[in-house]
Amino acid sequence: MTIDWLNFTPWSALAGGVLIGISAALFILLNGRIAGITGIIGGLFKPAKNDMGWRVAFTLGLIIAPLVWQGFQPLPEISIDASFTLLMIAGLIVGYATRYGSGCTSGHGVCGIARLSPRSIVATLAFMGTGFLTVFIVRHLLGA
Amino acid sequence: MKKNLNHFSALIFALFSGLIFGIGLILAGMANPAKVLAFLDLAGLWDPSLGLVMGGAIAVGLVAFTLAKKRTRSFLGLPMNLPTSRIIDQRLIVGSLIFGIGWGLAGICPAPAFVLLGAGSLKGIVFLIAMLIGMGIFEYIENSNK
Repeated sequence: MTIDWLNFTPWSALAGGVLIGISAALFILLNGRIAGITGIIGGLFKPAKNDMGWRVAFTLGLIIAPLVWQGFQPLPEISIDASFTLLMIAGLIVGYATRYGSGCTSGHGVCGIARLSPRSIVATLAFMGTGFLTVFIVRHLLGA
Repeated sequence: MKKNLNHFSALIFALFSGLIFGIGLILAGMANPAKVLAFLDLAGLWDPSLGLVMGGAIAVGLVAFTLAKKRTRSFLGLPMNLPTSRIIDQRLIVGSLIFGIGWGLAGICPAPAFVLLGAGSLKGIVFLIAMLIGMGIFEYIENSNK
């Protein structure tokens, strides 16, 4: 293993993580809800009375974040190497599988681990594991 | 009246939480799929940043959820919706394993996909639409199995 010291950004990573933690903290302590994006969006597919507003509001917050950011400074680099075809395949997989496994990086990886939920700890180990494995296969075995 | 006011403030706080979450993702570098993949690439030039993002978020979350678990209502008086299931079943494991494959292919997970929409990234938007279709397919299959 070789650490990429040039691109390693410990302070902004930690500060960004703390902000994500604060967001999850506010959401559970004020709204009584888990800041898990999969669950929040999933609920929009089966509309229930008085259950839509908070989901839309949280999602809207995520969407306007880069616009608010740009009010103060330019956005950092966004680089996506994957082709459009690969992005469509990956998107379908992520959408289906996160709902099937009841959560993603936010719900299981951040909130679930912070709740010390055994389910979320197992889920996070699982998707981290296949995430590492997939990149290894794509970059080092297939050489893409 | 008070109930309506609380309902309204709940929406404002939900918007604010989403905004802080998104700002956190951008600051952390997690809205950049190339940086996420650099974390997942253990055998290449490894960028450990994402580990610190999760560490920082979980550290704050531990305090908040410890407090939340002791309450039945939120500070706005809303019910505490903490998950209760403790069953580690095949769906949880298989779903998570497959999610990791999709995550490793593009470097995008659900929350950053919405940030990429706001950033106007065409490729991000294509991913987001496919992801929403994937969730729709899940919902469709679930409903037809009932």
